[in-house]
Amino acid sequence: MTVMDRPHDVMGHGHEEGSFLDNRGLGFWGTIWDWASTVDHKKIGVMYLVAVLTMFFIGGVAGLAVRLELFEPMTVNAANEVEGVLFNAGKLVQTETGEMVRDRTLTAAGAGNTYNRIFTIHGAVMVFMFIIPSVPAALGNFLLPIMLGAKDVAFPKLNLLSWYIYVVGSLFGVVALIMGGTDTGWTFYTPYSIQTDADYYRVVLMVGAAFILGFSSILTGLNFIVTVHKLRAPGMGWFDMPLFIWAIYATSIIQVLATPVIGITLLLLIFERLFRVGIFDPSMGGDPVLYQHFFWFYSHPVVYVMILPGMGIISELLAVHSRKHIFGYRAIAFSSLGIAGVSFIVWGHHMFTAMGELASAVFSALTFLVAIPTAIKVFNWIATLYKGSIALNTPMLYALSFLFLFSIGGLTGLPLGALATDLHLHDSYFVVAHFHYVMMGGTVIAFIGGLHHWWPKMFGRMYNEKIGMLGCALVFIGFNVTFFTQFILGTQGMPRRYASYVEHFQLLHQISTVGSWILAVGFLVHLANFLHSLVAGPKAPPNPWGGLTLEWETESPPIAHNFHHEPLVKHGPYDFESVVPPHCSEEDYPLPKSVS
Amino acid sequence: MTTIQTKSGRKQARWENYQHEAHWRSAADEFDAAKLGMWLFLTTEVLLFAGIFCAYAMFRMLYPEAFAIGSGYLDVKFGLLNTVVLLISSFTVAMAVRCAQKNQQFWLRTNLYITLVCAGLFLLIKFLFEYTPKWSGYFFFLDPTLGHYEKSGQTALWGMFHFVEGYGGKRPGAFFDYPFAQHYAEPLWWAVYYGGTAIHALHVVIGAGLLTWVLVRSYKGIYGPKNYTMVETSGLYWHLVDLVWIFLFPLLYLIH
Repeated sequence: MTVMDRPHDVMGHGHEEGSFLDNRGLGFWGTIWDWASTVDHKKIGVMYLVAVLTMFFIGGVAGLAVRLELFEPMTVNAANEVEGVLFNAGKLVQTETGEMVRDRTLTAAGAGNTYNRIFTIHGAVMVFMFIIPSVPAALGNFLLPIMLGAKDVAFPKLNLLSWYIYVVGSLFGVVALIMGGTDTGWTFYTPYSIQTDADYYRVVLMVGAAFILGFSSILTGLNFIVTVHKLRAPGMGWFDMPLFIWAIYATSIIQVLATPVIGITLLLLIFERLFRVGIFDPSMGGDPVLYQHFFWFYSHPVVYVMILPGMGIISELLAVHSRKHIFGYRAIAFSSLGIAGVSFIVWGHHMFTAMGELASAVFSALTFLVAIPTAIKVFNWIATLYKGSIALNTPMLYALSFLFLFSIGGLTGLPLGALATDLHLHDSYFVVAHFHYVMMGGTVIAFIGGLHHWWPKMFGRMYNEKIGMLGCALVFIGFNVTFFTQFILGTQGMPRRYASYVEHFQLLHQISTVGSWILAVGFLVHLANFLHSLVAGPKAPPNPWGGLTLEWETESPPIAHNFHHEPLVKHGPYDFESVVPPHCSEEDYPLPKSVS
Repeated sequence: MTTIQTKSGRKQARWENYQHEAHWRSAADEFDAAKLGMWLFLTTEVLLFAGIFCAYAMFRMLYPEAFAIGSGYLDVKFGLLNTVVLLISSFTVAMAVRCAQKNQQFWLRTNLYITLVCAGLFLLIKFLFEYTPKWSGYFFFLDPTLGHYEKSGQTALWGMFHFVEGYGGKRPGAFFDYPFAQHYAEPLWWAVYYGGTAIHALHVVIGAGLLTWVLVRSYKGIYGPKNYTMVETSGLYWHLVDLVWIFLFPLLYLIH
C-alpha cells in the first residue's frame, strides 16, 4: 500500500465522515443553501458541471439549428418568415388607414439575419460559456486538489466567487439571446460590431458577458496555479504530478496571462458602443485591425486553454485503461508548457490578409512551431498504448477517438497556417471543419471521455458500459459525418457564415446535417445513461479502473475533506508495473514479472 | 484594540491567536500562497493596462502630431503633483506593512490614513483640476491656472466653478467638441487619455477600498506580527496602482 495510515485501517478509532454529497438532515432549502454557499471545491466542480452542460445544451441546439437551416439553400421568402416569427423584425410603418404594421419586406442582405444571430449564439455560447470552463472549471475543480492530495484549492472562497461570476456572465449572454441575439459572430469584429443593432443593447450585453466570464476564468486559473505550487501532498514533487495537473497548470498560465487582454479589448469595445470613443472606428481615425490583434492575442492562446486540459485527460485515460506507464512523462509535461508558450506568438495567423507580407510570413513560420509539442504528445500517447493491456471501455474508446480526430484536426491546421494554401482555404468550411475537429473532436471528446472516467468517483455510481459505448460510437460516427463533409465543402469553395449556397453543395450539406442529428442522438444517449446511473446505477468501488493517482485512494464519492489522513506520496502516478492499485488486489491487477 | 481573554488570564490581541485556514499545513504556507496569488493578479493587471499602452503606442506612431498637440493641453504641474502624492502614499503603505510586522498598531493606522488621504487627494486633483475643465470648460475656483484665462462670468454650483469660453470640449471620440482643434485625430488622443487615466482612477478607487477595509479591520486588532497578509497584499496592489501611474505620467504629460 502506498499511503501511510490507510483510512480503512483506522476506521475503528477514527471519525466516520460522510461523502461530500451527503445532505442528510438539511432539508430541501437547507441543501440548496448548503450548495449555494459551499466553498468545497468538489461541490463547486459539480455546480460548474451542471452549468457548463446547460450551456452546452443551449449552444448545441443553436448548432443543430444552423445545420437545419443549411439543409437546403435559403430563399428570401423563407428567411422573411423566420425573421418575422422569431424576432418580430421589420420597421413599424403607418398604412394609409392609419394602422401601424411591421414592414417585412427584406433585402437580400437581411435574408440571413436570423441565421447570423443563431450561429453567433452557437459560437459565443460554445466558446465563452462551454468549452473554456468545461474541463478546467468542472473536472479541474473537482480533481485538481484531490490529485494533489490537498483538502481544497488555495483560495476556496475565491473559487465560489468565480462560479458566481461565471453564472452572472452567462446570464448576461442569455439575456442578450432572449432579446434577439447578436449578429456579429463570436469574434465581435469591428467596425461591424460598433454599428449593428444600433438601437439595442444586445451587443453590449453579449460583449459584457464575455468580459465578465473572463474574470471567472482569470480567478480560476490564478487559484489553480497557487494550488499546484503550494498544496502538493508531502512527497509529491513536480514530476510526480499526474499529467492532467500539468495540463491544467499550463492552461491556468494561459488563462492568467491572456484573459486580461481580452478584458481591456472588450471594455474598449463597450466604450466604443456606448460612447463612440473611436479607437476601433476607422471613420474617426481608429483602427479595426488593432481590435483583431487585441482579440486574437487572447483568443488564439485561449484555443489552447480549450485543448490543453483535454490533452491532460487523454494522458490519464490512455495510461490507466491500458495499464502502462505513460511513455515520455517529462516530454508530455514540458510539451504542455511548450504549447502554452508558443500560443502567445502565433495570433497573427488569424489576420494573414490584414497584415504585411513579412509579418504574415513570420507568423506563418511561428505557427508551424505549434506542431512540434503537439506531435510529441500524440507520438507519446501512441507509444503508451504499445504492448499495453488495453481495456476497450467507454473512456478508452473516447481516448482512441480523440487520437484519431485530434490528429485530423491538427494536421488540417497546417494548410491553414501556410500562406499560399490559406489564401484559398481561409473563411471557408475547411476552417470550420478544422476547428471543430480540434475543439469538438479534441476537447469535447476528451471531456466526455473524462466524464465517464471520473463519473464513478464524482457521484459514486457506475454507468452502463454498453450504453456508454453505444453513445460513443454514435458520437464518433455522427461527428465524422457532420464535419468531414465540411472539409470537402471548404476545398470546393463553400464560404463560412453564409445562410445560403449554390445547389452544387446541397448533397454534402445534407449529409452534414444528418450527421448532426446522429451526433445529437449520441449525446442524448449519454445524458440518459448518466441520469440512469445517478438514480439506479450500481454503487461504484473506490477504484473501479485500477488507477494510481490520488483520487482513487479515497472513497467514491470522496469524503468532505477528501482524505481521512493527509496522503504521503511514495510512487509515481503511472507506476503500473510496480504498484498494485489502491483498493485492488493483485489477482485483478497482476504486476508484470520483472524481465531482469 | 479588541483583546481576547485567554485561559491563563492574560489578555491577547487577536493577531496573536491567528489560526490559518484548515486546508493549509501552516500559516507560512498560507501567507506565501496569498502573496503568490496577489502577484499573479498584479500580472493580470499589468496585462490589462498593456492593452491601453499598446493602443497608445500605435496611435502615437500613426498620429504623432495629434499626440504632441494633445499632450500640450495637459498641465505638467498637476501630473507631477499627482505623481508625488502617489509616491508618498506608496511609501506610507510600505511603512504600514512594516508597522504591522512590528505590532505598532498606532503607526499602522496612521500610515493607512495618510495613504487614504493621498488616494483622495489624487482623485480630487484629477477630477477638479484636470477632467472637469477639459471636459466642460468649468474651472474650480481654487484652480491656480484659472487666472490665465478670461472668465465668461458664467458659474455653476454656487459659484464654485467658473466657465471659460472656448476651453472645454476636449473629449474622446464622438463627444469631442473643442473649437480650436488643430488635428483630426485629437479626439483619438483624448480617447486614449481618458481611457487610460479613467481605468487607472478606477484602480485607485479599488485600491483605496481595499485599504479602507484593512484599516477598519485593524481596529479589531486583527493585524500584527503573526498575521499581516491582508496588509501586505493590499499594499502590493497599491504599489501597482502607483507603478501604472509612473508609466502613464511621462507618456501622457512629457511628450512633444
